[in-house]
Parts: sequence; C-alpha cells; structure tokens
Amino acid sequence: MNRFAIFLLALPLLAGETTVIRNATVLTVTKGTFQGSILIRDGKIVEAGEKVLVPDGARVVDAGGQFVMPGIIDCHSHIAADSINEGAVAVSAMVGIEDVINPDDPDIYRALAGGVTTANILHGSANPIGGKCQVMKMRWGKDAEGLKFEGAMPGIKFALGENVKRSGSPGNGFGASPGLRYPATRMGVEDVIREAFTEARAYQKEWRDYQAKLDRHEQAIPPRRDLKLEPLVEVLEGKRYVHAHCYRADEILMLLRVADDFGFKIRTLQHVLEGYKVAQEIAVHGAGASTFSDWWAYKAEAFDAIPYNAALMTRKGIVVSVNSDSAELMRHLNTEAAKAMKYGGLNETEALALVTINPAKQLGIENRVGSIEPGKDADLTIYDKHPLSNYAKVTKVFIDGQLYFDREKDLEERPGREARKKALIDKFKAQEKKERKKPEPTEDKKSEEPGGEQ
Amino acid sequence: MKTCLTIFLALASLRAAGPETILLRGATVHPVSGADIADGSVLMRDGKIAEVGARIAVPKGARVIELKGLHIYPGMIDSGTEIGLTEIEAVREMSDISDIGLFKPQLRAAAAVNPASEHIPVTRANGITSVITSPGGGIVAGQSVLMHLSGWTIEDMAVRSPAAMRLEFPRIRTPNRFGDSDAPQTPGRASAYTEAKKRYEQQLRELNDFMESARRYRQAKTAASADFETDLKLEAMIPVLDGKLPMLIRAEKEKTIKEAIVFADKQKVHMILERGAEAWKVAADLKAHNIPVILPPTLRLPDEEDDPYDKPFSIPGELSKAGVKFAFATFGPGAEDNPRNLPYEAAAAVGFGLPQEEALKAVTLYPAQVWGVGDELGSIEKGKWADLIVTDGDPLETRTQIKQMFIKGAPVDLENKHHRLYEKYLAR
Repeated sequence: MNRFAIFLLALPLLAGETTVIRNATVLTVTKGTFQGSILIRDGKIVEAGEKVLVPDGARVVDAGGQFVMPGIIDCHSHIAADSINEGAVAVSAMVGIEDVINPDDPDIYRALAGGVTTANILHGSANPIGGKCQVMKMRWGKDAEGLKFEGAMPGIKFALGENVKRSGSPGNGFGASPGLRYPATRMGVEDVIREAFTEARAYQKEWRDYQAKLDRHEQAIPPRRDLKLEPLVEVLEGKRYVHAHCYRADEILMLLRVADDFGFKIRTLQHVLEGYKVAQEIAVHGAGASTFSDWWAYKAEAFDAIPYNAALMTRKGIVVSVNSDSAELMRHLNTEAAKAMKYGGLNETEALALVTINPAKQLGIENRVGSIEPGKDADLTIYDKHPLSNYAKVTKVFIDGQLYFDREKDLEERPGREARKKALIDKFKAQEKKERKKPEPTEDKKSEEPGGEQ
Repeated sequence: MKTCLTIFLALASLRAAGPETILLRGATVHPVSGADIADGSVLMRDGKIAEVGARIAVPKGARVIELKGLHIYPGMIDSGTEIGLTEIEAVREMSDISDIGLFKPQLRAAAAVNPASEHIPVTRANGITSVITSPGGGIVAGQSVLMHLSGWTIEDMAVRSPAAMRLEFPRIRTPNRFGDSDAPQTPGRASAYTEAKKRYEQQLRELNDFMESARRYRQAKTAASADFETDLKLEAMIPVLDGKLPMLIRAEKEKTIKEAIVFADKQKVHMILERGAEAWKVAADLKAHNIPVILPPTLRLPDEEDDPYDKPFSIPGELSKAGVKFAFATFGPGAEDNPRNLPYEAAAAVGFGLPQEEALKAVTLYPAQVWGVGDELGSIEKGKWADLIVTDGDPLETRTQIKQMFIKGAPVDLENKHHRLYEKYLAR
C-alpha cells in the first residue's frame, strides 16, 4: 500500500467518524450471534444487526466473513507497570499502579495483537493489603493518562496465602525486607486485614465526627490525612473494589467472613483456584471469581487446582472470568476461555463471556464494554476464524472505534522497521570501529606526533 | 462418566485375564503417516497394531468397539518434560530434576520417575501417551527417558531408557535481576560480564576435556589393560561416543547453537537440539547437519523486545519450510507449561504458516523419529505399539474431547485427580 492510500484510510479517523464493519459473523456475547454489520459513530456502537444502513460518508470495513467479538478484557495483568510489589510493609494501600504506568511497554501492543482491549493492572501479591489497581485500555501510542480507563471504579489488591507468608524471607525478590516480615502464617494474614480495617473504621469515624461538627457550625480541627487508611475507608464505603489474590478454600472463606464482619464486599477473588470448593459461600457473598484456566501444581497451594474451576463456579451462580496474570497468556485468552468448554461443558457464549462481559461486570464497566450492544464503546476484535478455535488469529482490533491493531499494516511495516534497525546497528558498529582505530592518547604518543594538533 | 468408569472397570478386568485383541471400528482413522481412512478400523493384538484399513474381518475372540462418528489418532508425544521428577515445582522436597555438579552423565531420570505422579493421569487425559523426561542442571545433566504414560513401574513405562544424554551447552550467563543461581553475583555490569565470560570459557574447556577423558576411558576399556578401573561417569558416556545414544543439547541463542553444532561435529555425537529459540537463524546449518529440533513453547513472548509480535508463532512454519525436522514440547509441569497443553503449542503455529498436517506430525510421528523409535511409535501403522486416542474431533483444538485411550493396546483410564475433584465438589 502506498503512502497516499494509508493517508486516505486515516482520513475518516481524524474527522468525526462513522464506520461500518460489514459482512461479519458478529458474536455479541449478550445478544446472540448473527451474520451482519456493526455501525460505529464517535467511538460508540450505534447499531449491530443483520441489516444496517450504511450512512453517507461512512468508512466501510469489509470483514470478509470473519468473526467480530467484543474486545477481550483481562481482569488480572501486570503489563505496563514499572513496578509491581511494595513488599516492605504488610499494608501498602498508600501506593498505586496509577503512578507507575509505562506506556512504551511492548506488552501493550502484544496484548492488543492478541485481541485484548482492556485490562486490570494490579499491584503484586506480597502483602495482605497491597497497592491500588488501574484499569487500562490498550490504546497503544497514547501516554500513561491516555491509557487509563476513564471513569472505571478504582480498585485495590489484597493477597492471601503463600506469596504473602513468603514475603518476609530474605532474597525473595519482593523488595527490601531484610528480616522476617509479619505475617508468616494464614492466621497472621487474617489478623493484618482485621487490624487494618479496625484502624480504618476509627479513621473514618474521626472524619465523620469532624464533618458532624462542621455541620453543627462548631469549631473543628480536621484530622490528619492518612494515605494508607484512605483507600480502606473507600473500601468500607463501597467506593473502591477489592481484588483479592487467593488460592485455598479456607483462606477464601476467611476473607469473605472478615469482609462480612466489616460490612464490605469482596468484588473479585483473583486466581481463586479452590473457589470450586466453596462456590456456594462465594455466591452468597456476591464476589466475582477471576481464575486461571488450567494452571496447577506449581506451588503447594495450587495442588488442588482444577481446570473445571471456571465452569463449576459458573454453574453455581458466580460471575466468573478467566484471566492471564501473564503477558504471554494474555495473548490467547480466547483459547483459554475455550478450555471451560472442554472442562465442565460451558457453551460457546458462556465461554466467550469469561473473557468479555464477565470481567467487565467484575470491574464495574459493563455499561461501557464487554459486549456488542448499541451505546457501548466500539472495542472490537476481529478474528479470521472462530475465536474459540486454536487456529484463529486476530486481524484487527478497534478501541473507541479507532483501529489500534491491523495485522496487514503490521506486516507491511516490518521491512521498514527492519531497515531502520539495521541502519542503527550499522551506524553504531561504524562508530565503534572508528573509536577502536583511534590511537590511545598516551603522553608518550602525543610527544611522538610531529607537529601535534596545532 | 459413571458408565465410562464401568466400561473401564470391565475392560480392566478383561485385560487382567490376558492380552486382549481389540478391533476398533467405524471411526475416521488418521494414521498421520498416510491418508485418512473414513469408516476405518484398527486391530490391536498383543499390544501392537495388527492391521489398519477400511474393512477388517473380526478375528475370533476379538472384542469389537464401535466408534461411529469418532476419530482415531496416534497418541501424542511430548518431547520435553519433567513429568515424574517433579510434583510441585516450588517444593524442593518434591523435585528431583537437578542434582549437584557439572558432569553427571551417570544420573538416570528413569531411576527417579514416580509412576504414581498425579501429573501422569492428568496429562494423558488430553491425549498424550508418551513423554521425554529429562534431568537438568550443570553441563552434562544426565540421561533422559522416553516413557509411556501408563504402567505400575518405570519398567512397564519405559520405551527407551536412556533415550538421550542431556547436555546444557555452556553459555555466557550474567546474573539477572532475580539472581541467576548459576551465575556469580558480582556488582557492576562490566565485571559481571567479564566474570561470566571467563566462566563460560572455562566450562567449554572442561566440557571438551571431559569428552576427551571419556574417549581415553573407552580406549583403555577396549584395550582391557590390567590397571583399568571402572568409572561410572565416563562409562555412561560410551554409548554417546559410539553414536548409539543421541546427545540432547540445550542451546537457545544463535551463537550457542552454532557452537553446539561445531562441538557435535568435532565429537562425532548424534545431536538433537533442545529449545533452539533461535534455530530459525541457523536453519540451513541444522538442515545440512540433519539435526532435529525440540522446539521451545510456541506460546511464548517474543525473545527480543523488537521482534515481531508473532515471531514465536511463525518460527515452526519457517523451520518447516527450511526442511528442518522438529517436534513440539512443553517443558512442564510448571505454571504456564502444562504437558497436557502440548497440542496447543502445535496448533498455535498453524495460523502463522505451519500446515496443520505438519503440526500434527510434530506431536506424533516426528518426535518418534527424532527419538529413534520411528518404527515403534507415532503413527497408526502395522507393527507399531498400539498407542491410540479416540476423539470427537481434531486433537489440536481445545474444544475436542478425548474419549478413549489405548497404550500398548490396553485401554487406559482417563480418570484423574482433576476430574475426581470436579465430580466431588459439583455434587456438594
């Protein structure tokens, strides 16, 4: 394609745009599957159906019979984060991923090329109460602020079990903690969470008392802000979601009871590999579950993990998603979802929901993304084959109606990229050679040089 | 499932009565080595495939299993695992992969494989009938075993023990941010590199010296001199020097692969390249030397930051075009490396240039050929072990279910820990 043609293609993207994706197999996830078209205007889906009128001036993308599904949503990722774990303290609620986003991380583009449009970027699992999370769209090319999913509910990471217990030991890679850091048992993990929320309640009361005094027009001194407790008060007030890393059934139940006691909800249980053992209790509490499709046995607490977890929890009435926790696995969440058909017999729509509408619900963004419905963001992934097939590959990805990944374009640009890379390497090599040829500027040599440098 | 179990128990009891003759009938047979047979049959006798074809007369006393609408494929082979040597990766007490020392050719994976490992039934439930299990660590890591995923003891299971001598080819290893256990921790990048390079050069010398010692040992043994003393390490190298036992050489980067090829040439050992991530850069050389490759996982991130996003997916297709023989492997069990997912490592390359038939061959026939058992395993052909899977579709697709399995002609229980827990808690 020549430069002019690329310019023409880019033109409608710059104006207030209308795009029609036609001749597609549309997997809406929530409204069935049909052969038809999707009308996009100003980044939103306006219409999706078998017959859609193409407005004048609309850009038409012929999908050639390929499969369009909602962009994949990964409820657990660590890409584009310059740091993950603040492990020196057991409660690190004062730190947040929002401050360490690296928009140049190539994993963003790789995820995009794997059909992912939105991801929940979490703090690590070194502490019972970890740092704040950031929901992000894969708007490759935008700056850190531009990646953030505007208006998404804020979140915070909790973690239970082995990673937390281990984090006190030296040389664990989770930050500078020279000695053992409390807690070192699952009992201690419960205690740390209860202590923190007891403090948070007292802190909340200080502010309420202060506000009450102001309301009564009394003189009052504002309490000192506590950046660690503030996010926990938000949790108590339902303004911040808890995403809790957990494995074993006992610790899952423990956390649900702690939350019940303090009157807040666990929004999602992350990994939740033994969730299938306490599915009833999870359903009653109302927590979502975001799990691996089939990882198991890599550590002791993962030894009872089963690939039927997602399907079983779905059958017990839990909103379930399948996540990656890995920049690699993130690239094929579509086939990870297919595993819930093999193991536990979910149907195609239920399987696709695990990586689209369900994680959207878990992140509280289901009015924006997760299915192909009028009014939602035009975050769409096109596959050349059915996305639940291992032979399918992503051909195009739209976010907010903009084309962010196009396989053809990627292929076209490769020779140019290679040439640029080679030119840079050659330049560096030439430079190096020149420097090597230069004689060592020793005192002796200098004096030998006739005439010197005058 | 209950009916399945009942059938299995019935089959198991029949089997106990003696080697059974079984005729599988009415399925689409995919021999892999030849054209598919619609409405085909496979006759299994004494553990071997006795006949394959469209019509086979029912021999006297044979049990007939009707498989209308289903498919028969050869069982799949994972060419790189640690199955049986590790149960839970993170628990030191449950791992027997890597022993102390640099040169340990006398160590046999077969001596430490746990036939009761939970990984065995979990893995075979997805159609994997044989695996290579290898020791690791040091330079000469020890002897790999090729084994069936069924049997009471390793002696029942082993197809070839040893199947290969595993060598982790020396390379320059600078400490990474997680602290590479093998590399010396020296502050300052330049000095760390110098140290690492020195270490690598020394290891190369040691490796060549070790090969030389083995050669002299063999000479002394042949000469049967009076003062000859047995040395188990050097003794273990004799089949390698004789060209009877291949050397499975782990080398990832172009430089290391090239050095390994030169080494194998000079030492006249039969080389199989393991995890040749950059094998595509050396394809012509590999082809010229007839060196097969055990591929690293297809489902991995690009090796270099500026590689095309799909580089790992397109490498198998590139190697196939270049005429290099290869087999897929998972190198599991680990978190992301699940041996049961072997077929998906193959499938992931199909959208990116590898023909589907080649992908299937690279988890069946090609590994059999690479491991020197091309006339025993890997396809549905008369005279081979009857390692078969019965499926409701293409085994490289996740949605396909494995319905039945036969290893050495005997029905294999597909029940496993995961399914048991599922049934138990579904009923809660």
